[in-house]
Amino acid sequence: MTVTTQRLPTLAEAVARYDPVLGLEVHVELGTVTKMFCGCSTTFGAEPNSQVCPVCLGLPGSLPVLNRVAVESAIRLGLALNCTIASWCRFARKNYFYPDMPKNFQISQYDEPIAYNGWLDVVYEGVTYRIGVTRAHLEEDTGKSVHVGGATGRIHGASHALLDYNRSGIPLIEIVSKPILVPPAIAPAVGRAYVTELRMLIRALGISPARMELGQLRCDANVSLKPSGATEFGTRTETKNVNSLRSVERAISYEIRRQAAVLSEGGRVVQETRHWHEDTGETTAGRSKEQAEDYRYFPEPDLVPLAPSPEWVESLRATLPESPVARRARLQREWRLSDLEMRDVLNAGAVDLVAATVDAGSDPAGAKKWWLGQIARAANERGVDLEQVGISPSDVAQVQALVAAGTLNDRLARQVIDGVLAGEGTPDEVVAARGLAAVSDDAALLTAVDEAIAAMPDVAAKVRAGKLAAVGALVGAVMKATRGQADAARVRELTLQRLTGPAA
Amino acid sequence: MPTISREEAAHLARLARLELAPDELDHLAGQLDAIAGYVARVSEVAAEDIPPTSHPLPLTNVFRDDELKPGLEAQAGLAAAPEAEDGRFRVPRILGEEA
Ligand SMILES: [Zn+2]
Repeated sequence: MTVTTQRLPTLAEAVARYDPVLGLEVHVELGTVTKMFCGCSTTFGAEPNSQVCPVCLGLPGSLPVLNRVAVESAIRLGLALNCTIASWCRFARKNYFYPDMPKNFQISQYDEPIAYNGWLDVVYEGVTYRIGVTRAHLEEDTGKSVHVGGATGRIHGASHALLDYNRSGIPLIEIVSKPILVPPAIAPAVGRAYVTELRMLIRALGISPARMELGQLRCDANVSLKPSGATEFGTRTETKNVNSLRSVERAISYEIRRQAAVLSEGGRVVQETRHWHEDTGETTAGRSKEQAEDYRYFPEPDLVPLAPSPEWVESLRATLPESPVARRARLQREWRLSDLEMRDVLNAGAVDLVAATVDAGSDPAGAKKWWLGQIARAANERGVDLEQVGISPSDVAQVQALVAAGTLNDRLARQVIDGVLAGEGTPDEVVAARGLAAVSDDAALLTAVDEAIAAMPDVAAKVRAGKLAAVGALVGAVMKATRGQADAARVRELTLQRLTGPAA
Repeated sequence: MPTISREEAAHLARLARLELAPDELDHLAGQLDAIAGYVARVSEVAAEDIPPTSHPLPLTNVFRDDELKPGLEAQAGLAAAPEAEDGRFRVPRILGEEA
């Protein structure tokens, strides 16, 4: 059944009649140096097929050997998610034919995940929601395919596909939530808050940079609707390719509205995979799951079972960082923010960014102001997450340092941030290129410069005529007038600007 | 007792991307059924106190350190590919995934 966008109800209309049930599957690419089962590098952005070996190409006779750090990462994440850690578990082969998996099976975990039955507390608008975690298991990533001949890399109309196996075999942890039932109107926002919280936790553990724009954190969103107050769940769809926090919220919201339209017209939701399209904000039907998938899982014969001893697990527990909730409470104290201000930082998905900016030397108030103000507006306009907008915490700290030093006033600082966001380089480069150098106490310096020029018209004339060396006398006069407290290099710059105009 | 029907054999063939003629399906269904039967006899012998075995070796926790090891020389992997393009493996177009 096709439903046109024009007839979609709003989210408020949809949740007035139906309760959404969410299930989120998050894949995290681990930040290990090497792949899960071989010693190939995991560095992002290398030449295609330059980080491969017989194991990750699935060549006959090759054998996998498990990366200890990948296992430790999974146990640590499992513990941080309040999961039980399996005392004994195995890997399994998930059999399917697709060119991104050259072995024709993916090594994963099936009915024996390394971590299971946990939870994560998510705070939204000051209220805590405990989201259940069914399991967290280890598996290997697939290669990347490019479809050639169709429109914009899509499969439709493609003549052939090209495969790069650099990503094949990179360790992944898949975290599967239990059904998420929260107040219907905020379900999309809580879904987003869950992924945000998970990302903060993963970063705090140091197991992955979890950058969604690099595919290091990927979310599949399962959504189903049931009539308000009903207990039986409806048929669910699984939306793939949801790769920004903003998209998590939008994709869930779209699916709730779309399914509500289908159901209210007396239709039936089809159990299927759907694709999320960032540009249109819609999902489209993919593979139907009516014909149940048949992966014929069986225990991986090439890997022996995993049996983490209680001692090992406890020694890993001792390495856990403070919980995200405790960390936020500490940061709020350190940053001297009110509850409401801290909530704003959290809702903006900016806790890590503000923290990194403060770590790079900024004062907390300045860091918060930039990320939640001008940069957040730019991210909204461009429809991307804060992390994807094109300015780094160290850039922001640099701008804030220039402000603190009196080199930039607020107006100029905003221009510098605009410049960085426009891809003009680092703050220093933007300052130089745009000639944004200095004001504030420059105003005082300029008065002294003007007085010196007025007092030595012949020296000024020489400088104007191109004898730049003559400027030294003027600088000396200004330094004397300011009792040596001015920055001589800055005074020289200002004097030259006064006499020869700003640098190009 | 296991019975692998002709339909199940056809299903397995489809999963394995094998195109089998009708007479091949009949032939293989019979053979697969016989194999399943042999396995079932082993299960009969196994008493309650014998746990299912997936690995013959009494080993657990075999790991390697997270250290780089040289892989294949650049493009050596591609050399064995039937077709390559732009440093990538070239495969026929993939159907049936997206509308
Ligand atoms: Zn490899």
